[in-house]
Amino acid sequence: MLAIYRREMGAFFTSGVAYVFLAVFWLVSGIFFYNGVIASGFADTSSMFSSMFYIVMFLIPVLTMKLLSEEKKNKTDQGLLTAPISLWDIVLGKYFAALTLFVIAESIIFIYAFIINYLGDVVWQTLLGNYFAMLFLGAAFIAVGLFISSLTENQMASAVVSLVAIFVIYLSEMLVSNFENGNFIKKAIYKAVSSVAFYSRYVEFTRGVFSLPSVVFFISAAFLFNFFTVKVLEKRRWS
Amino acid sequence: MIEVRNLTKRYGDKLAVNDISFKVEKGEILGFLGPNGAGKSTTMNMLTGYISSTSGDVLIDGVNILDDPKKAKANIGYLPEIPPLYIDMTVEAYLGFVYDMKKCKLPRKAHLKDVCNLCKIDDVRGRIIKNLSKGYRQRVGLAQALINNPPVLILDEPTVGLDPSQIIEIRTLIKKLGKKHTVILSSHILPEIQAVCDRIIIINRGMVAADGTADEIAKNITNEHKMTLRIEGPTHTADDKRLIAEKIRAMDGVKYVRADMEREKGIYDYDIETDGKTDIRRALNKLCADNGWNILMLQLSDLTLEDIFLKITMDEGLSKSDDKGGKSKPRIEIKTTASGKLRAVQEDDEEEESSIVDSGDEDTAADSAENNGGEE
Repeated sequence: MLAIYRREMGAFFTSGVAYVFLAVFWLVSGIFFYNGVIASGFADTSSMFSSMFYIVMFLIPVLTMKLLSEEKKNKTDQGLLTAPISLWDIVLGKYFAALTLFVIAESIIFIYAFIINYLGDVVWQTLLGNYFAMLFLGAAFIAVGLFISSLTENQMASAVVSLVAIFVIYLSEMLVSNFENGNFIKKAIYKAVSSVAFYSRYVEFTRGVFSLPSVVFFISAAFLFNFFTVKVLEKRRWS
Repeated sequence: MIEVRNLTKRYGDKLAVNDISFKVEKGEILGFLGPNGAGKSTTMNMLTGYISSTSGDVLIDGVNILDDPKKAKANIGYLPEIPPLYIDMTVEAYLGFVYDMKKCKLPRKAHLKDVCNLCKIDDVRGRIIKNLSKGYRQRVGLAQALINNPPVLILDEPTVGLDPSQIIEIRTLIKKLGKKHTVILSSHILPEIQAVCDRIIIINRGMVAADGTADEIAKNITNEHKMTLRIEGPTHTADDKRLIAEKIRAMDGVKYVRADMEREKGIYDYDIETDGKTDIRRALNKLCADNGWNILMLQLSDLTLEDIFLKITMDEGLSKSDDKGGKSKPRIEIKTTASGKLRAVQEDDEEEESSIVDSGDEDTAADSAENNGGEE
């Protein structure tokens, strides 16, 4: 797993994906930081964090698009699948490489905290709560992206489908929001969708509420999609 | 070392590999031979655990590759048809990655150096794989298979894309590796297989068509021996020809004699087929001496690997060679080429020969006579 992790980290930087990802992430989060904190004069970071959901949504597919699709296209997966390692090693190595890059990008927040420190008092509780919330959200989305990358040989298709999938996950609650007061079936749908919703769980954190069930939810989602990815690789072998 | 039992792979309706079984002993170099699409790569992919089999088992050193893949795979070095190279890494970094991935315990620097020396990629270690030529990439692919010194090496068309001198280098290397490793290599280049392998398996349409050394395969396919003779008779006329052919035909062990064209003035060539059990050369010599004929040439013409390969891959009914009905059909197909036609005439006994002539018109018969002459 470590070998794959290291290679994947190297590939992020040699292929330039890492630079694009970091640059865009930091640029856009910088804008949100300026608008939400500096320009408005509040030391409260929660509005900034709720906007950052969108960066995560748009940038995760960039990070995950080539992880497995390119392997399949270049036939390098033959090297991995015939090596004496398990499928979990392959999937988790790639997963944690993407997650590491995401954490690096996200940690820009501590620089913002440093800036806020000069202008006023940092509300560490909200800040740290949000930091971890975004980390868990990213962890779940990366697993989704990795899973979709395992389904196709085409990087662009992988990126677009991941984006759509993440967008659907985000929108799902809004689509069913007026089902809440409908008949039995509508209520059931509403309940089912909102119980697997990502956005409201994330927003909960931005309001400063640290909820353990949501953390468990995101971690389970990440695990589930990595599990699916392993199954896809396994299935390809059996087909 | 490697045992394959009733291996079958089905893609939907298509049967890619059909019930292949064989064993490879330690230190053996096995050649996989077959036309394109015969199932060579599919078989190799199953041997290495890249894809699973529909049914059947692959045992590497007694370990089933599907039951304990990690342990089985640790014993295999695999060079797929397209080397699995990450083209944006340097050779050094890539081999380091493979070293880590295979959890190699050998001393890192020394082992990587050995492997690079062996594959002659020392001078490109610092270069990015993207910028390497096909030949170098192939060698890097071979190097990655050799990392961790696996006892089994599986090489899918290892010499593709190499120039002639590199091909010879790689062949020598494989031969050298064969002393310590068990090697399976596939190819559709016949001289290569013949030069490198101890044993050959010919695969056709997903089935093992032949298994053994080149000589054994030749013997199994045909138990006849052929020779061409040039005999000078006393009268230098066509009467000689008839008489000589008749007398040879009367000998023990001779199955078939055909007088060929007039090669030198008044002297004819004779194609003789024997049953393979009796060596008639001495008796033949005596016969000629007794009759006052002179043998000017005697040439044995047994099947080459190429003949075998063509025969197997073009001739469906090989396994049922007694079944004449099944055999005659592809022979008529072969007839389109000059050499194929010659073979068709050679291998049939007279009865069958006439049936072929019957099936065609006079042109066919005339054609065959022409081609027989033209062949030499």
